[in-house]
This record gives sequence, C-alpha cells and structure tokens, in this order.
Amino acid sequence: MDLQKFFEMGGYAVYVWTSYGLTALVLLWNWWAARRSEAEAQTAAKRRNELALERSS
Amino acid sequence: MSAVRTPTLAAARLVFQRDMTLAWRRWDEVAQPLIFYVVVTTMFPLATTPDLSALREIGGGVVWVAALLASLLALESLFRADVEDGTTEQWVLSGQPLGYLLLAKVAAHWVLTGLPLVIMSPIVGTGLGLPTSVWGVLMFSLLLGTGTLSILGGIGAALTVGVRRGSVLLSLLVLPLAMPLLIFGSRAVTMQMDGDSPAGPLQLLAAIFFMALSLGPLAMSAAIRISVEN
Amino acid sequence: MSWTWFHKLASPPHAYRILGTIAPWFGWASLALILLATWWGLVKAPADYQQGDGFRILYVHAPSAWMSMFTYVVMAVAAGVGLIWRIKLAHAAAAACAPIGASFTFLALATGSIWGKPMWGTWWVWDARLTSELLLLFLYLGYMALRASFDDPQRADRASAVLALVGVINVPIIHYSVEWWSTLHQPASVTKFDKPSIDLAMLIPLFIMIVGFQLYFGWAVSRRLRGEILRRERNANWLKEAA
Repeated sequence: MDLQKFFEMGGYAVYVWTSYGLTALVLLWNWWAARRSEAEAQTAAKRRNELALERSS
Repeated sequence: MSAVRTPTLAAARLVFQRDMTLAWRRWDEVAQPLIFYVVVTTMFPLATTPDLSALREIGGGVVWVAALLASLLALESLFRADVEDGTTEQWVLSGQPLGYLLLAKVAAHWVLTGLPLVIMSPIVGTGLGLPTSVWGVLMFSLLLGTGTLSILGGIGAALTVGVRRGSVLLSLLVLPLAMPLLIFGSRAVTMQMDGDSPAGPLQLLAAIFFMALSLGPLAMSAAIRISVEN
Repeated sequence: MSWTWFHKLASPPHAYRILGTIAPWFGWASLALILLATWWGLVKAPADYQQGDGFRILYVHAPSAWMSMFTYVVMAVAAGVGLIWRIKLAHAAAAACAPIGASFTFLALATGSIWGKPMWGTWWVWDARLTSELLLLFLYLGYMALRASFDDPQRADRASAVLALVGVINVPIIHYSVEWWSTLHQPASVTKFDKPSIDLAMLIPLFIMIVGFQLYFGWAVSRRLRGEILRRERNANWLKEAA
C-alpha cells in the first residue's frame, strides 16, 4: 500500500485529514471532559464527607 | 357555606382586562417595541443599499426579523411583575386551570405588542420596497407568527423569570424555536411577491400556530409552577 | 411482575455502582470499533466513483450527525421522565447528555462544512439539513445556558426539562421542512445517502463507526452521570462508603 497515496487522499488530503482530526479532537475532548466532570464531583463529595466527619467528631 | 366558583372564561377575561388596563396606564412601555421595530427596519437600508429594488429581495425577511426581535424585547417582562407581587402564586392556587389564565395573559400581551407590529408592517414594508400586492400575505403571516411567538415567548419568559440578565437568555431560548416561523413567514411574502402561491408556507404557519396554541399553555403552566414553587 | 429492579435502577447508589461497572466495557468496545471503522473507512473501503477519496469524510460526518440527533432525543426523553415522574436520576441523565450532544452537533456541522467545500464549492449552504443541524446546536446551547442560570438545582432540572421537551417538538418540524426549503431555494446538490444506492463495501465501515459512536456515548454518559449523581446526593449516607 502506497503510504504517499494514502496521505494524499486523492487530492482531498486537507479536507479528509482535517475532518478526521476534528473528530479525534471532539472524541478526546469528550473523554477528558467526562472524566474531569466525574473526578471533580468525586473530590467534592470526599471533601464534604471529611467536613461532615470533622463536625461530628 | 359553599364558595362560588368563578367560571374559567370569566377568570380568563379578568386577567386579560387587567393587563389591558395596566398597559393603558403605561402606554410608553407598549410603544417601545413598536419604535424598536421601525428603527431596526430602518437600519437595513442604511447598512446595505438605499436601492428599493435590491431591498425588496430581502424585504420580507427583514420585516420578519425585526418583528421577532421587537416581540422578544417585550417578552422578558411578561411575567416578572406578576411573579414578584405574588399574583402568579394566586393563579396557581386559585384552582382555575392555569393554562387558560396564562393564555389570557399572553393574549393581552399579543394585542399590545404583536398586533401593532402586524398593523405597522405594510408601512415598514413599503420602506423596504415591498409592493402593495404582498401586504395581505405580510400581515397575515405576521399575525400567525407574532401569535405563535407570544406563546413561545411566554414559555421562555415563564422559564427564565427571576433569572439575572434573563432577557439575553430568553432570546437564546426563543429565537431557535422561532426559526421555522421566520423561514415560512418570510418565504410566504417572497413567494407572493414572485407571483407564486404562498399557500404552502402560510398553511405551515397556521399549523405551527395551532400546535403552539394547544400545547403552549401546558408548557407555560409547567414552567410557571416551577418558577413559583421556590 | 415485580418492579423492584426498576426502582433499584433509579436509586442513586445502585446506579452509581452499575454505571461504574459497565463504563469500561462501553469504553473499550467503542475504542476498538472506532479504530476498526477508521481503518476500514480510510484504507479498506473503495474510493467513490464521483468524489474519490473525499467521500471518506462520510465515515465521521454521518455518525456525528446521527449521534447529535440521537443524544437530543435521549436527553428529551430523560428530561420528560424526570419531569413527569420526578425521578432525579432522569434529570441527571439529561444533564449528562447535553455537552456530549452539543459536541457531536458541532462535529457534524464542521465535518459537513469541510466536506461541502470541495464537493459543493462552498463552506456553507442554507439548505434544510444544515440549517436544522445548526438549530439543534442552538437548542443544546440554550439548554445548557438555562441550566447554568439557576442556583437551585431542582429548578434548573425542571426548567431545562421543559425546554428540552419544547425543543423536541421543533426538531421534526424542521426536518419535514426539507421538502419546502429545498424547493424554494435552488436544490442542494444531491448527497447520495439513499441506502440502497450505496455499495455495501462502503456501507460497512459506516455502520461500524455508528455503533462505535453509540458505545462511546454510552461510556461518556455513564461517567458524566456518575458525577451528576455525586453532585446531587449531597448528604446521603451511601456516599460515605462510595467516595
């Protein structure tokens, strides 16, 4: 398989690779954002737990 | 001793009349959207070209956009005063079907803001080069469109009442929903101008209006209850 | 029939645990399928007769567009369930869907626009399909903006639920306007998406990518929903073990 031809995408290289690149970006963003959202909620919940424990002790 | 229950229609009429009376005392508030409407339509010839034959091409659209924006301006304060002084709570507690009362309020709002826009439209349209032949379609499409927008805006206003800078949020919520109205409304005018029958878009506008009329009060009551409950 | 399994599902601690278990399965499966579909679409699938290799954008564009619609419907259904039956978890699910759906909508618009440039000669055209997709983005943004404008989480949930439901009514209206819109302007160049007329060899990577995106959605919603659950269950006892 000709690697050069593959990257050229029959002349549409800019369009195809930009599209796939944007797709990768969006998927990566979703991956990062979802994990961050969950992690932030977890740390906040943990902190609340600790505060509650402190107050009760 | 049994309580006499007011018939719903009478209650709705009371709400309607109250709003009309209040508006009469503050007519400048009623005039503002109308003035905005005229000013905005004036901006287009200034920004693009004074050539009427060129303006005519987009005239239908411009009138419609201006009408939408002017209506939105008036919508933000639709429920504010009533929520603040507790009138809305009384409506919720009254045992009357909330949807009818809210619809009466929206109807009053439309008579005060939407209807003037409809009546003014031939004049602003002429300023944009629209021929007399489209006046009927222009007014009829705006009649349906502003009516629908009052209902949609009523839902948006009910959702955003009390939110800081609610007017921007309201526009953000209502304008996307109003896009079909814009598409069909301005299309009807342009088609009439080109000699085609505007029946298609007008029928769609009517369908959207009746859908808004039947489902809108439901959404509005839900939204009002949410806003009032806290 | 016993409904306890359903009630259990709606109970936050159980949901939190179950979502934590299934998320990795969704995640790895979606990664595998997306990579497979990417390879298949870029390498294995034959070039198009008219569009050459440019048509390969289809494999990211169509699944994004599909997911943008799918996510909105899921969001609206969840919002409706939350509103009618007052199930907090349903509201949380709707909130979790919104940013995911918005990002897919953005991607659909962007890839569509990029595809349009070489094929139609223009970055944008106001035909019904593109306009309705843009409208969908506005609906998502409005939903998220409305949510953010309330301090009270319960009011945020319920107000945005009403908005999501009202927006759903709009979407089929916009989609049916395709016929009217395209006859009023010049018809847009026909993008041949009629399934029977596409070669099967070109169709397979599309289906794989769609399934991959769906599973990815499942993963993202699971993780976000876990966060939403934690945020809402502020003082619950079960949190002490879970966190």
